[in-house]
Amino acid sequence: MTNSWTDIKNTDLVVVMGGNAAEAHPCGFKWVTEAKASRGAKLIVVDPRFTRTASVADFYAPIRQGSDIAFLLGVINYCIQNDKVQWEYTKAFTNAAYIVKEGFAYQDGLFTGYDESKRDYNRSTWDYEIGPDGYAVVDETLAHPRCVWNLLKQHVAIYTPELVERICGTPKDKFLTVARMISECASPTKTMTSMYALGWTQHSKGSQNIRAMAMLQLILGNIGVRGGGMNALRGHSNIQGLTDIGLMSNLIPGYLTIPTEREPTFDSYMSTRGFKPLRPDQMSYWQNYRKFFVSFQKAMWGDAATAANGFAYDWLPKLDVPAYDVLRAFELMHTGKMNGYFCQGFNPLLSFPNRRKITAALSKLKFLVVMDPLQTETARFWQNHGAHNDVDTASIQTEVIELPATCFAEDEGSLTNSGRWLQWHWAGGTPPGEAKHDAWIMAQIHLRLKELYRKEGGPVPEPILNLEWRYKDPDEPTPEELAKELNGYATDDITDPNDPTKVVLAKGKQVVSFAALRDDGKTASGCWIYSGCFNEAGNNMARRDTSDPDDTGAFLKWSWAWPVNRRILYNRASADVSGKPWDQSRKLLEWDGTKWTGYDVPDIAPNAKPEVVGPFIMNPEGVSRLFTRGMMRDGPFPAHYEPFESPVVNVVAPKVRGNPVARVFRNDMEQFGDAKEFPYAATSYRLTEHFHFWTKHSHVNAVLQPEFFVEISEELAKEKGIKRGGTVRVWSKRGSVTAKAVVTKRIKPLICDGKTVHIIGIPLHWGFMGAARKGFGPNSLTPYVGDANIETPEYKAFLVDIEPIAGPVA
Amino acid sequence: MNMELSRRGFLAGAGAGLAGTTLGAFGFGDVEAAHAAAIRPFKLANTAETRNTCTYCSVACGIILYSKGDLKKGEKAEIVHIEGDTDHPTNRGTLCPKGAGLLDMVHAETRTLYPQVRKAGSDKFERISWDAALDRIARLMKDDRDRNIIEKNGDGVTVNRWTTTGFLAASATTNETAWATYKVVRSAGMVVFDNQARV
Repeated sequence: MTNSWTDIKNTDLVVVMGGNAAEAHPCGFKWVTEAKASRGAKLIVVDPRFTRTASVADFYAPIRQGSDIAFLLGVINYCIQNDKVQWEYTKAFTNAAYIVKEGFAYQDGLFTGYDESKRDYNRSTWDYEIGPDGYAVVDETLAHPRCVWNLLKQHVAIYTPELVERICGTPKDKFLTVARMISECASPTKTMTSMYALGWTQHSKGSQNIRAMAMLQLILGNIGVRGGGMNALRGHSNIQGLTDIGLMSNLIPGYLTIPTEREPTFDSYMSTRGFKPLRPDQMSYWQNYRKFFVSFQKAMWGDAATAANGFAYDWLPKLDVPAYDVLRAFELMHTGKMNGYFCQGFNPLLSFPNRRKITAALSKLKFLVVMDPLQTETARFWQNHGAHNDVDTASIQTEVIELPATCFAEDEGSLTNSGRWLQWHWAGGTPPGEAKHDAWIMAQIHLRLKELYRKEGGPVPEPILNLEWRYKDPDEPTPEELAKELNGYATDDITDPNDPTKVVLAKGKQVVSFAALRDDGKTASGCWIYSGCFNEAGNNMARRDTSDPDDTGAFLKWSWAWPVNRRILYNRASADVSGKPWDQSRKLLEWDGTKWTGYDVPDIAPNAKPEVVGPFIMNPEGVSRLFTRGMMRDGPFPAHYEPFESPVVNVVAPKVRGNPVARVFRNDMEQFGDAKEFPYAATSYRLTEHFHFWTKHSHVNAVLQPEFFVEISEELAKEKGIKRGGTVRVWSKRGSVTAKAVVTKRIKPLICDGKTVHIIGIPLHWGFMGAARKGFGPNSLTPYVGDANIETPEYKAFLVDIEPIAGPVA
Repeated sequence: MNMELSRRGFLAGAGAGLAGTTLGAFGFGDVEAAHAAAIRPFKLANTAETRNTCTYCSVACGIILYSKGDLKKGEKAEIVHIEGDTDHPTNRGTLCPKGAGLLDMVHAETRTLYPQVRKAGSDKFERISWDAALDRIARLMKDDRDRNIIEKNGDGVTVNRWTTTGFLAASATTNETAWATYKVVRSAGMVVFDNQARV
């Protein structure tokens, strides 16, 4: 989230699209009802199903899953055509005026530079004209035909209300009502918030779904303001934290990146990470990358990371592919190229697409280690559970070790919520049986591996032998010790540059924030954006002061938010070019002539002059990007692409199947179904009463929603002879499930390009372990393909067939 | 007596003398005393309270764990009740149907209790000690790493990449666990590394 849950009360319009907050985030959704009740805010829901969020909406519009970009570009087109643009914001705070290189174009669904054999683009033309002064060329009059604004205008022009209806199945009048309501937020005194979740991410163009809305929010001037923003609701309790700390193939904590093998030395690695400003006087904050990186290396390898050895640069693995994401991991496993796998609180047998492939892949491992508080299906993938896990146990040679871990109630530490608040919690119960904390388990694995290398030797032992591990009890680092490492500390006395006799931070003291981090090895910090969470003032994440001056919803003294306790990102953009708030009643920051003051920690240098320094300080431009240069694989603008399995052809580009640059492994391409064989558009979703595959272990939740079902419209039920509560079989090219049929008015068939499209909803909470009845999930059916940029699997739009079958004998 | 007393209000007022209350002044003192005597001791009065956060979604509702026995005093603590934290700015004491069932998750019959191993081809889990399980894991890791870590690529560039063993991390663990996990996984050279943020 750019903003926070409590900030939603400040909004005028909530758009829930690609999410269902009333059911998946009920207590956060209360801030939407608060805004409706106290401010008169309106709520729009755009969703294939009439969800519980829709049931309290002021306006609901149906949409076919996987067509959100067409809808959103349609709204942008509407705003441009009807002059509903926050012009001062758009001109000053976005790259609308930047001139794009000659040669860039978009035609027939493809941008310049497409190579079909590689399923990739040469992105060299997707960039700005650079002037002789080394800066990007801009035309503030927006007259230049190749300025971003004119290219955008041209790019979205085809997305008329008529085309939106053809693609999305949203009736034109409903689309126009939504577009009109949204467009009113172009006023500097009206704000809209976007609340989205996996309904946008789980597509082969998920990143571009979100970009499309971010672009709309920018031209309406809704980023950086109270009640505005792009608000990812997020899933697990610490999914934000795990992302921030970078527990992913290609990440280093704080959104730094793991080197590739084309960067053999520290210098070559840094050579592409200079982040020179693209316009005069801009902060381009990533210019500090080297300080953050060196501090990270010091946190990893302490005294062994020195200037002489490039701060142990060689000890970081170097990637040969963009990332070893989960789809690549299970592809490798499936082809016999992996031997071992660890699942720490993760249940891939039910979470990853094409379950048959997942089972086959796990069966080829030599060993699987599962650490979890609950008995997961993954740890038992080798057990035969009849139709619900039909495997030949004896033929599976995988050794499986299951380790009991503590749950939240028995553990202490911080979790980062969707609003980036790091909240410390304490343990209240004794772990059951022999369950152990995950940190203890990880410490034991490390110490034992280290001991083996010490005794036996072996290749590349240095990074293991030298890992910084100076905890009071090496067997179990405490949460406080680990949090202090994340914050960062001085590894040596740091002196005043003007007076070397004066020590400003003594060796071993905590740094106050990332502003104190250095690139000379005198500071260490595990995750620079968390710097400030636990400094010499103490554990700021444990703060529980509920004060909130003038009821802005900021709660600056409750817990601690990254970065530097800032609650709304890009908050300098809440004021106009001169530094005056766009809306005095929703003031966030103000320029008082010498500095920025207000209700939040300024997202800019406190003395940065408003007319000079742009609000988007992380970008070398100083402004936000409507055109994202070559930074995304599938285009500098979003474009409409159908899901890989779609009930209709792409009317914009009939020859293009799916996202043209999404990675597809060969055998998976053969397993995509087409609409002739699988006529129905399926989607997955969650229920109010359940959380993923955990709550089926909780008796009360298992009672509330005991049994797997699929949801279909009355029209489809009639057409197929399916009875309410009857049993059905649903199958795709990859698998088959049986379920109870829930026939509802919540799903209606849509008309897309003249064709009736039936939608089938498949909730995801069942398996063969726990207190609920055994059941299936959507991953028995879903295709093995991910988003072109970040490989999030396409769970939200795929094709199936359905038929009634005889039910179980009672 | 048809009046509502919140739990906190009731506890706060429990020590106050009746004479000073409005009810006392109206002469209802005896009635209230009899009523109070009839109420069994409040179940949570002697429990330890601990601040925690709901383990499910990222709204991160504040919760209070009530336990018999106090972990902070080194006692064995059994959680007997969980409710929303009324002081929390986001949820203001409320919980959703998922959060309201947290106690049953903590005490689920299908919690893992002991390290177990399923040997190749076997149809059952067998209980083993932590030491045996961890030694075995370290052995399996080292053997695979020794055999398969790629020190240099075809061009002679140092890459120190281990691709044959992978790690899926959990986004319901704490940041501190995440950091410990990161250090251990990365220092081994693993690149097959991911978490739920991907899906």
